[in-house]
Amino acid sequence: MTITKSKWKGLIRHAMLTVFSLIMVYPVIWWIGASLKSNQELSSPSLFPTVPQWSNYIKGWHSVPGFTFTDFYVNTFYLIIAIIIVTVISSTLVAFGFARLDFPLRGFWFSLLMLTLMLPGQVLIIPQYAMFHQFGWVNTYLPFIVPHALAGGAGGTFFVFLLIQFIRGIPRELDESAKIDGCNWFGIYWRIIMPLMKPSIVTVIIFCFLWNWDDFLGHLLYINSVDKYTVGLALRMINDSQGGAEWGQLLAMSLVSILPATFLFTFAQKYFVEGVATTGIKG
Amino acid sequence: MERTTSLATGTPVRKKSFLKRWDSPIAGYLFISPWLIGFLALTAYPMLLSLYYSFTNYTLMKPIEWIGMENYNRIFTTDEKFAQSIKITFYYVLASVPLKLIAALLVAMLLNRAVRGISIYRTAIYFPSLIGASIAVSLLWKNIFGVDGFFNKVLGIFGIPGTGWVTNPDTALWSLIVLSVWQFGSSMVIFLAGLKQIPTDLYEASAVDGAGKLRQFFKITLPMLSPTLYFNLIMGVINSFQVFTPAYVITGGGPMNSTYVYALYLYERAFSRYQLGYSSSLAWIMLLLIVAAAVAINLTSKYWVFYESESQGGKRK
Repeated sequence: MTITKSKWKGLIRHAMLTVFSLIMVYPVIWWIGASLKSNQELSSPSLFPTVPQWSNYIKGWHSVPGFTFTDFYVNTFYLIIAIIIVTVISSTLVAFGFARLDFPLRGFWFSLLMLTLMLPGQVLIIPQYAMFHQFGWVNTYLPFIVPHALAGGAGGTFFVFLLIQFIRGIPRELDESAKIDGCNWFGIYWRIIMPLMKPSIVTVIIFCFLWNWDDFLGHLLYINSVDKYTVGLALRMINDSQGGAEWGQLLAMSLVSILPATFLFTFAQKYFVEGVATTGIKG
Repeated sequence: MERTTSLATGTPVRKKSFLKRWDSPIAGYLFISPWLIGFLALTAYPMLLSLYYSFTNYTLMKPIEWIGMENYNRIFTTDEKFAQSIKITFYYVLASVPLKLIAALLVAMLLNRAVRGISIYRTAIYFPSLIGASIAVSLLWKNIFGVDGFFNKVLGIFGIPGTGWVTNPDTALWSLIVLSVWQFGSSMVIFLAGLKQIPTDLYEASAVDGAGKLRQFFKITLPMLSPTLYFNLIMGVINSFQVFTPAYVITGGGPMNSTYVYALYLYERAFSRYQLGYSSSLAWIMLLLIVAAAVAINLTSKYWVFYESESQGGKRK
């Protein structure tokens, strides 16, 4: 293989990757431009407006009468932070139990855990709604927080699975020596395993954030009053009430709504890829 | 002190007699109790409940009445929307899953080599998946594929006549399929993880034997990746069967019901008409279809999924 040949190969690879990347981000670039366009200009094929309408962002922010998007962001963050806290606690406890302790029927429960990983959520929507309706939980955040506190909800089982895989990679000698030092199981979990789990806990937090940010159907079902609305519901409301009359504002607000996920990804990119990669799909 | 109280199952007390108990099976059950309670109360019980509902005419307004197979009879005989939404959903699954996997595998192979600026490429390619099937993306899509949308303008430059992609019954479903293919990132990441596990000496050895790139792909890459492919395929089918948000936001099931996917139908029966009994039947049919698809994929898997454990002594659980 000559140098020139391998250079060619590298160039072709770069060219293909560039084309792919452009296809992927082009709609997003257009999105940024369109969010600054006036209604007249929206149908022009140019990427960026002649005169950027920054007012789209200001008007959009105030486009729900009686509220601003600040309210919806506060709601969403409040809900998601609560979910993340209970998810981290419950999923680490459960994962530790499955990965390190021996108890009767462990294999059986573990198989069920793996089965629920594949269970389509649609099957549970109706009976859960009926249950939560009876409890009087509709139009509260409890239908999201309680399932997560019980290692369920959006992705809860997946997190348990991911953490089990991770804990299995931690040498058991650490447990043994801690036990000799008089640590009980909870001590081992809290003092030995928890600190070592930090990277995978970050992964759990990231995915928990993303999936709950996108849990549109869940929010649609359980949150009815505008003062409890999440960002996604507010976007839908503008879309429905304006019927596309103010596309610029709608696209501007939609764009703002993906910023949190974008920042998260930028700061924690390596956890993303590793987090998925270490789940050990093989075998 | 949230941490100790969240252990509602009993915080460890520093007493010898109690410590002894922690080394017993009880400890295991205490640790898994959050999941166990959740599984029994929020998964197993609701599933049985919905099975029971599916034989009733339950609505939130009136007392429950057992009607036997009535719901299922109606679904399979007179319910035209059911037949239509099943057909549309199958079409969506059969079109979007293979395309998505092909795109994911192709790009994963491109990204598997160390090239300069790889993190920029990876970010650009993963970005659409990061923002997910969210309402924001659905709104963007609705705009791009509209009559005056960006897509038509691009076609106009090349002199291709456009159409209202989301308002034309022939093309509306494809705008949803393209959206799902555009978001192939998570499958790609899993493929990447699989590619990284293929030992490079296999390629070196086959290169010595004079195997070309194409032959290497079919003889090494695909067989070695088959467990990963299998996982992606099953997960892809399960997820795309349940597609909801894009259809709900972009087209609302229209035009002329051409994007009326199954999850949308289920949602409408349950939460617009509050026919929880009827929609529970629909949900169970959906579950059985997904299970059937997964079992079918699983049955064929022994012909095309190769685990290296036999030859390589790879890690099996």
